[in-house]
Amino acid sequence: MTGGGDLFELWVYLSTTPLLGLTVTLVAYLIGRRIYEHFDRTPIANPVLIAVILLVALLWISDVPYRRYFEGAQFVHFLLGPATVALAVPLYRHFAEIKRNAVAIFVSIVAGSTTAIVSAVGTAWLFGASERTLLSLAPKSVTTPVAMGISESIGGFPALTAVLVILTGILGAMFGTWTMNALRLKDWRARGLGMGTAAHGIGTARAFQVNELAGAFSSLALGLNALATAILVPLIIRLLSS
Amino acid sequence: MLETLTLLLVCQLIGEAIVRYLALPVPGPVLGMVLLFAFLMMRGKVSDDLAKTTGTLLDNLSLLFVPAGVGVILYADLIAAEWKAIVAALIVSTIATIAVTSLLMKKLAKPEDKG
Repeated sequence: MTGGGDLFELWVYLSTTPLLGLTVTLVAYLIGRRIYEHFDRTPIANPVLIAVILLVALLWISDVPYRRYFEGAQFVHFLLGPATVALAVPLYRHFAEIKRNAVAIFVSIVAGSTTAIVSAVGTAWLFGASERTLLSLAPKSVTTPVAMGISESIGGFPALTAVLVILTGILGAMFGTWTMNALRLKDWRARGLGMGTAAHGIGTARAFQVNELAGAFSSLALGLNALATAILVPLIIRLLSS
Repeated sequence: MLETLTLLLVCQLIGEAIVRYLALPVPGPVLGMVLLFAFLMMRGKVSDDLAKTTGTLLDNLSLLFVPAGVGVILYADLIAAEWKAIVAALIVSTIATIAVTSLLMKKLAKPEDKG
């Protein structure tokens, strides 16, 4: 090895190992969480949002392509699968409460799912969005893999949908609490169901930080809304375009 | 911890396989969640190890969305081109969905059973 002590060479080496992408993801998130805790977990200081802003700035300044960053960050991304499976545990714990309210849950989620699709597409249409954007927006309230699949099947742009899904989740976690406080909702079951239907996993993460029962209902809504949206989006798009 | 991680991965793997094979409209991990739920119903309890490991995972759930969120950098141009429509649609729709779902649930749900 020549060029010992060469900072540029060190950077070239580090920027190609997955270690760097993984480490900066954890560091950025810990900073985000520290800020979130510092402000008493106020929804506006959402840790995902802070971490994403820090990392986007870092990639932009250092000129590291996203793909290379993801080679390291994928180890964190991968855990989304097992974490989704793990949601079965809070569901199991609160199953009696869920079973008692099965009809209420079903009706609320179908209504919420329809609202999500129609209001997103309708608002964007009023603002003159392109057809591709409208179609990419339709499934944005559900978890990423489902949303991308739906987007593709109706002629949207799956990669754009993926980004819209994350933005929706962050917005839900930020504004959901305020919305429900303004509506004077105190029922944790109703609050959790709203979060999970509107803002999938990121909303569910926020729900778990606030209350375990809300987290369980949010997990349930995340799963059921994935199914409801997969069925409803193609129907609603056909209705709207005719 | 190792038992739980293996159990989660096994459920996910079976879920992914079934979804792929039957071309179902849900993601593999969501079906994996259903499988783990069925497993817990059959066993009738959550072991300490399962409770602890899944608790840790769910406590840090929001971290797991960060890498995908940074992907916004790839589509910044697309979003910038129609940012007004996109921002308006996301805010209106998110608030409307939360309001409709939670108000309806509050109205329809039976009073909570404090047992």
